[in-house]
Amino acid sequence: MNPELQAKRKVNFKKGLGYAAFVGPALLFFILVQIIPFLMGIYYSFTSWNGVSSAVEWVGLDNYIRIFTDDPKFFNSFMFTVKFMIAAVLISNILGFGFALLLNAALKTKNILRTVFFIPNVIGGLLLGFIWQFIFVKGFASIGNLTNLDFFKLPWLGDETTAFWGIVIVFAWQTSGYMMVIYIAALQGVDTSLLEAAKMDGASNLSILKNIIIPLILPAFTICFFLTISMAFKIFDINLSLTGGGPFNSTESVAINIYQEAFQNNRYGLGTAKSILFFVVVALFTTFQVMFTKKREVEA
Amino acid sequence: MKKNYGKRIFLLEIFAIILGLIFLVPFYFVIVNSVKGFSEILIDAAALPKEILFSNYAKVWEIISFQDAFLNSLIITVFSVTGIVLISSMAAWKMVRTPGKLSKFLFILFVSAMVIPFQTVMIPLMKLGGMLGIMNSIPGIVIMYFGFGVSLSLFLYHGFVKTIPQEIEESARIDGCSQFGVFWRIVFPLLKPITVTVIILNTLWIWNDYLLPLLVLQDAELRTIPLATSSFFAQYTKQWDMGLAALVMGIAPVIVFFLFLQKHIIKGIAAGSIK
Repeated sequence: MNPELQAKRKVNFKKGLGYAAFVGPALLFFILVQIIPFLMGIYYSFTSWNGVSSAVEWVGLDNYIRIFTDDPKFFNSFMFTVKFMIAAVLISNILGFGFALLLNAALKTKNILRTVFFIPNVIGGLLLGFIWQFIFVKGFASIGNLTNLDFFKLPWLGDETTAFWGIVIVFAWQTSGYMMVIYIAALQGVDTSLLEAAKMDGASNLSILKNIIIPLILPAFTICFFLTISMAFKIFDINLSLTGGGPFNSTESVAINIYQEAFQNNRYGLGTAKSILFFVVVALFTTFQVMFTKKREVEA
Repeated sequence: MKKNYGKRIFLLEIFAIILGLIFLVPFYFVIVNSVKGFSEILIDAAALPKEILFSNYAKVWEIISFQDAFLNSLIITVFSVTGIVLISSMAAWKMVRTPGKLSKFLFILFVSAMVIPFQTVMIPLMKLGGMLGIMNSIPGIVIMYFGFGVSLSLFLYHGFVKTIPQEIEESARIDGCSQFGVFWRIVFPLLKPITVTVIILNTLWIWNDYLLPLLVLQDAELRTIPLATSSFFAQYTKQWDMGLAALVMGIAPVIVFFLFLQKHIIKGIAAGSIK
């Protein structure tokens, strides 16, 4: 072999070694924790594995067929999750964007208020659920006695409809501050001279908002919708500690249903099949949403 | 754009302050009732306490051995976040500086994993963890956080590295600096703004995480704060006096962390989202 080629190989080898040293650790943990379990999950979803026995029996599409034909509880949890997602995404983005507009004005207290609206985000969902359990059960009752408003006297958490809206309220209370931060960052990127020019031309505030501000910050809407859709889809902690899926399983999210199938009913095979379907739905939904809003960004 | 502070803005300000106060009402309820006796809570949850009882806190501290839970949460969070910062910054830098099919493929792989819900991998992960003998241990859960945290963190670093010019790195190279030297002495300090964001996002997530510790850490001595608080609630359901004290203790550390760093946190979240 000629020495030139040999030297070149040596350099390539050294380069490869450097690449492996820098990228290797991240890749190793990533493959170990996400890729291998994901592939194992696809395999287990075709088995009747119970999580304990070492014998894993191949059952083909049985789990999937069962989910589609004979699992009303899963179907209900799916419907709950979709309905919840729509309500939660709309409300938390309307609130978040509203807060952002409000706190983008020249208020003296805007920095303190940003902190206030953001605070619920630093607390874990589980503890938020417990906090609100107390508010719904005792706090609302006390406010109801003081004010005599029927809204506070409803059987929050005890009734299917109010429990649904209870979870939406808690989710919106938590996430709207996060969305506010993203919307504020976007609003601050809007060129103020554009707004002033529009004002000079006599445009109303509403039309400035609709025709200038919103089109300019569409990327922020893409991100906020992506984040809230995936958060609402995967809701687990708040749901678990607030209602535990009740009353009568009416607020059981898909994530809770999967968790119980696997770890309480010991049907790991069925649980993984559900989780694979869950992945497909979340992936399709978020990809579709990002494509949809991105397309509008370009037009704007 | 200095506008005069007119009547309209003043009314907006009042409105915003009222909204902010409404937003904080849940905290009022939790804190006020955590220092009341049980019967006082039942009579009127909205009233201020007649006398302030700290005994609820003392009892809860004992029962959930708060200092242990706090220490576990702290150790897990610090080690996980440090590891995530190191491995994802190194990988992202090398991937940006070595353009090619491999880097592109790996980047797509890392990033597309962000849409995998945790529920999809958790069941086999427990099996794999058992096979590797890393269940029920703090190092085991830290390793898992490395694997889950790397996707978003690498994505953030990757975007940031692209914005820093390469010339300084090249001149250091010519002066005989090794790749590790270039990375640690020159690149890593330049990454500081995004490192702050990565630290914040991962700290909030890992500190508050419930499901992974629930699945991995079975021993009572290894419990984190969310685990300890929730098992306390399950045991003492509707014992609101103690339960609320536990909640206040559970949320206090992260609120203090936030209040000290709120400026950086809010900035970091904004920077991390708009990419």
